[in-house]
Amino acid sequence: MEIILEADHLRKDFGGLIAVEDVSLKVRAGSLHSIIGPNGAGKTTLFNLLSGVFKPTTGRVIYRGRDITAQPPHRIAHLGIGRSYQITNVFPNLSVFENVRLSAQAMGRDNWNLFAPASRFKKYADRAHHIVEQVGLKGKGDLLASVLPHGDKRKLELGILLASDPQVLLLDEPTAGMASEQVPQLMALIAEVRKESNKTILLVEHNMDVVMNVSDAITVMHYGKVLAEGTPVQVGANDQVQKAYLGELYK
Amino acid sequence: MTKSIRDHLPYLLLLAALVVLPFAISFLTGEPLNKGIALFSQGLMIQVFILAVFALSYDILMGHTGILSFGHALFFGTGAYALGILVKYAHWSLPVAILAIIVIAALESFVIGILSLRVHGVYFAMVTLAFATVAFILVEATDFKQWTGAEDGLHGIPVPDAINPAIHRTEFYFLALAFAVAIFLLVKLFVDSPSGRVWAAIRENEARATSIGFNTLAFKVQATIISGIIAALAGALNAMWNLSATPQTMEVGTTINALLMTIIGGSGTIIGPMLGAGVLQLLGYFLNLWLGSIWQLVFGLIYILLVLFVPYGIVGTWRVKQLDWRAAWRARFARVSK
Ligand SMILES: Nc1ncnc2c1ncn2[C@@H]1O[C@H](COP(=O)(O)OP(=O)(O)OP(=O)(O)O)[C@@H](O)[C@H]1O
Ligand SMILES: [Mg+2]
Repeated sequence: MEIILEADHLRKDFGGLIAVEDVSLKVRAGSLHSIIGPNGAGKTTLFNLLSGVFKPTTGRVIYRGRDITAQPPHRIAHLGIGRSYQITNVFPNLSVFENVRLSAQAMGRDNWNLFAPASRFKKYADRAHHIVEQVGLKGKGDLLASVLPHGDKRKLELGILLASDPQVLLLDEPTAGMASEQVPQLMALIAEVRKESNKTILLVEHNMDVVMNVSDAITVMHYGKVLAEGTPVQVGANDQVQKAYLGELYK
Repeated sequence: MTKSIRDHLPYLLLLAALVVLPFAISFLTGEPLNKGIALFSQGLMIQVFILAVFALSYDILMGHTGILSFGHALFFGTGAYALGILVKYAHWSLPVAILAIIVIAALESFVIGILSLRVHGVYFAMVTLAFATVAFILVEATDFKQWTGAEDGLHGIPVPDAINPAIHRTEFYFLALAFAVAIFLLVKLFVDSPSGRVWAAIRENEARATSIGFNTLAFKVQATIISGIIAALAGALNAMWNLSATPQTMEVGTTINALLMTIIGGSGTIIGPMLGAGVLQLLGYFLNLWLGSIWQLVFGLIYILLVLFVPYGIVGTWRVKQLDWRAAWRARFARVSK
């Protein structure tokens, strides 16, 4: 299988702190690749590097064979790399529907139009309706995003990402803070999206059961570095990983 | 999203009242339109219309895009001085001068936007304040007295008789009213357009707007240009009304006025800042009339009370309350029907 996204010796310094150090990673097109590691391991920072929010201190990001390290985040989004956030990051005083519709609109060619009502562009509204329903927020489209309970905000977070129909989805702990009974539903939705259109998914997740079940490949990060990499079986059997991470989790 | 007449009714009533107003006052006072209170009250309202448009232009940035500017007077002053210089000294006809003002304001706001919108929040406000201060110093400088009149301002702008406010006050009243209505409709169109929705996204969460693919700097520049053009047109009309352009149009106080009108009326509501202009202007006039020089103190107190008890401005708070009332009514109805 072809490599769609590659981190090439990425490093990110924050003052004296090295949040990401010499991280290289190859994500296969169509795979679900998980990134695990304890708090502060540098997972979110890696996502910020891949999505262009931070520029790496050194190293490169390669997408479909092309160096995108210098591209601004909005350009990277248009290239087909979308992300969701660990800490919910929506448009609080806009409706649920409008949150999703804007994301669909962003990918179209009508953004500079000043002279027609946005509601007249049916394709974005239709897509937004579809996504709102798909993520399980049907009937809540007219609510302001700020009044949603936490679990619904997580669904909206994912809905905003899905509406832009990216090729590669960077999911930063999509189930963070969700009630545990809602987790399978959300994972099923992610599986569905993946099957529907052969998306590539990079997933940061703390729930080991979820990770071991759904991943094609796992990268373990520890203090900014890659500690181990492989299939779930390989990673689960890795001594270092057991000691550094899984061990303490299952203790 | 079709709307019924009921949704437009308050606007239509307000417009009807403003159309009838000069005649009603003339009728009530028994004076002709071009004399006494009837004449004077039209002048007061003309200033309201001009400031309403200026406040609305300010709110495109503050309420709709979430950009705080302390330099908005720069565009108002640009419109005023450009009109004066082009009509009085370059002898351009009024329509051509106004087209030129649109181009000048677009270029000016483009350059300032590109240079200063890279910084955010209060830093942007400071940069715009710096630009406006430079412009204020330039128009007051004796070096350009020949064109600007320095501290005295540029006086004696020739305006065609047909719309000269000194001669045809009522015609000018309707010109200013038509201008305010046209800009209101235009801004409403812009705010609901795809671009206007991007502005709202930027206001709500600029980082996320970038992350879903919007080049937010470009859209903020777009909003700044539109806001700048409208402010300059208001400034041009102000120069036509006064037949002069003065340094006061460039002052930071002019920006603060727009800010107050927006906050009092309700930012992000379109009609709010326009009503705010009316409230501020008329309140200022009558307080001054009744109280003399302490009026500003009283106005300050009223302002504090408004901010405390009408937190989203007149229109914003009204809309919030309306939602509350509707919810309360529905809850009551639900109980009764059980
Ligand atoms: N913008 C920033 N400025 C300074 N330090 C930062 C910044 N972002 C992250 N860090 C630091 O970099 C390190 C890695 O943080 P990061 O958020 O990437 O970890 P993580 O693996 O996502 O952790 P978690 O599982 O808690 O989400 C931490 O020590 C964090 O404090
Ligand atoms: Mg994280």
